[in-house]
Amino acid sequence: MITHFLKLEWKQYFRSSYWQKGIALKIIMGFFVLYLIAVFLGIGIGGYFILKKTFPEQDPLQIVNSMLIFAILGDLIFRYLMQKLPVMNIKPLLILPIKKDKLVHYVLGKSAFSGFNFLSLFFYIPFAIVLISQGYNVAGVLGWLFAMVFIIQAVNFLNFLINKDNRVFAFIATLLVSLIALQKFTSFDASIYSQQVFDGIVANPILGLVPFATAIVLYYVNYKQLRDRVYLDDVVAVKVEEANTADLSWTERLGDVAPFIKNDIRLIWRNKRTKTVFLMSFLFLFYGLVFFTQETYQKMPAMLMFASLFVTGGFALNYGQFIPAWDSAHYKMLMSQSFRYRKFLESKWFLMVAMTSVLYFMSIPYLYFGTKIFLMITCGAIFNIGFNSLFLLYAGSFNRKRIDLTKGGFGNTQGTSATQFLIIIPLMLFPMAIYWVFDKFIGYNSGFIAVALVGVIGMVFKNYFMNLIEKKYIKDKYAMINAFGKEA
Amino acid sequence: MITINTVSKKYGQAEVLNVEKIEIPRGQSFGLVGNNGAGKTTLFNILLDLIRPTTGEITNNNVVVNKSEEWKSFTGSFIDESFLIGYLTPEEYFDFIGDLRGMNKADVTSFLAQFDEFFNGEILGKKKYLRDLSKGNQKKAGIIAAMMGNPQVVILDEPFANLDPTTQIRLKKIIKTLTDNKEVTVLVSSHDLSHVTEVCERIVVLEKGNVVKDINTSQETLKELESYFAA
Repeated sequence: MITHFLKLEWKQYFRSSYWQKGIALKIIMGFFVLYLIAVFLGIGIGGYFILKKTFPEQDPLQIVNSMLIFAILGDLIFRYLMQKLPVMNIKPLLILPIKKDKLVHYVLGKSAFSGFNFLSLFFYIPFAIVLISQGYNVAGVLGWLFAMVFIIQAVNFLNFLINKDNRVFAFIATLLVSLIALQKFTSFDASIYSQQVFDGIVANPILGLVPFATAIVLYYVNYKQLRDRVYLDDVVAVKVEEANTADLSWTERLGDVAPFIKNDIRLIWRNKRTKTVFLMSFLFLFYGLVFFTQETYQKMPAMLMFASLFVTGGFALNYGQFIPAWDSAHYKMLMSQSFRYRKFLESKWFLMVAMTSVLYFMSIPYLYFGTKIFLMITCGAIFNIGFNSLFLLYAGSFNRKRIDLTKGGFGNTQGTSATQFLIIIPLMLFPMAIYWVFDKFIGYNSGFIAVALVGVIGMVFKNYFMNLIEKKYIKDKYAMINAFGKEA
Repeated sequence: MITINTVSKKYGQAEVLNVEKIEIPRGQSFGLVGNNGAGKTTLFNILLDLIRPTTGEITNNNVVVNKSEEWKSFTGSFIDESFLIGYLTPEEYFDFIGDLRGMNKADVTSFLAQFDEFFNGEILGKKKYLRDLSKGNQKKAGIIAAMMGNPQVVILDEPFANLDPTTQIRLKKIIKTLTDNKEVTVLVSSHDLSHVTEVCERIVVLEKGNVVKDINTSQETLKELESYFAA
């Protein structure tokens, strides 16, 4: 039986849309994963020495131990937001002659191997190896590592128990925040207790069995709870959300693009992934803080330009790069309706421009960093509105990947192809290059003027470019219908 | 109204459709039957300019469908659920289609009022998104949307599948009313021989992309079709 399950897993993994991508994308994604692993390994291996150097009079292991309480609570919060028990996977198995016990064990057992549980091990394991090589007590370190592995598992199963109960979540979040606040502002220091507990495990490795036992108990509680609820009207139920219909009649003023704008607003608000894109664009607003506050970047104005583009461009970039794939599920229907393609494109353009303008107004507090920075953001906004919005529409005509809006939000790469990587060049590097060239060889303000000028040219000749873009979409219509029709 | 002229579609070496000539006069109710893979949906997709024919062309009211888009303003269609916008409520979807077909809110409301019986209280005012409706109810919404804006041609692919018996009977009535005054041309494909013989005055049978029968419906048609498919 277990081999059947493993085979299913294998197929699910390798037949997922993730692998159906072009070779170029696979290579890029591969490098990205390698990079992430390398970073964690680097921290794991180098962490000991970095801590040793920064705090010469303290024991690096004790420093780590004192922080673990926060790491564990943080992990729990992160999982609460991101991780869900993939219970729907067993729906097709329910009617087959397999005992329900087995199905539940399968779902829970599978979750023990989820990616959430592995990421931090890339830190703990190399860190433990370095500790041993540095002459720490081998049994103590192994006991500690053993404890860490099962704390991760315990957190994994605890998360499923509190799954989606907002009260518990609020409690944990408050706990974490107040612990940090207490440590900052009062003499109460949770890290001391954290350190004592985990130092204790290093001293008495046998205590590592406590997390192990906890994980087992939590697994069993999960099992008990799920076992009786594997029914289509219970945990395996498809959740139906109630429609919320906001009045969007104000869009009527926008004329004949109104039906599409209304649709796009609903599209964004009613689907997880688009909602994430929308909310993320406000996070991008803070992107400038990373760059403008750092001394090193002050001497690299091209990098500041890069940041300025992101401040107002979050929405246009993230939403625009998948036009028209957002509409891929009903693209056929759109193509059999009588309207000018131009209206459809105009509505997307309007949305990007409107959101960029809103973000621009929200970026006014950046004046705090001086008028130069704000001027840069202004130029970035003009560039985003004039050039990037049109360019993204054009680039969109190369999109050939279906996006299934019902699939999850964060970290969903569906619809991504090499197009998304290639368009970054003109979108980001082009303005940076212009800025750099003019700034370097002509003088300070010419860089701003050049970047803004490109944007203004885009705005002035918008109709001309729109005509070209419309033609391109009409030409590629059949290829898009065909590609969007394929299940992702 | 519609002329299908030596239309064929090939994918590589495989020919999925090869139709010599079909002439569909205005106001005819035209039925298309055939087993899976016979080319019914392919033919409809070419008619809607969603895929391109390898050879030949289709004209819809003197408009060559892949040359001009004029046909869109008088053609309503429902092929499958991908013609719905999942994240809209049925009301919003009808408004959207109505907008594109030049109907205002009041037009849409009075248009939908005719179909109260057909909707059977399961479509409107349910506070549900289309993606959360059952297959049958999704189909109801799609079929009615295809009839919005007084189209002269209505194309329905497998309209009876997934509908409950009562709704099937009501749909037959709707299609018959639609073609009553010989103004609206209706094209229907179906796997259900008795339904299609009941609503269509002409039936074309496709097999592996070829027209094998072209019948003016009569008393004997159902028998004839049944014996054909039994063989």
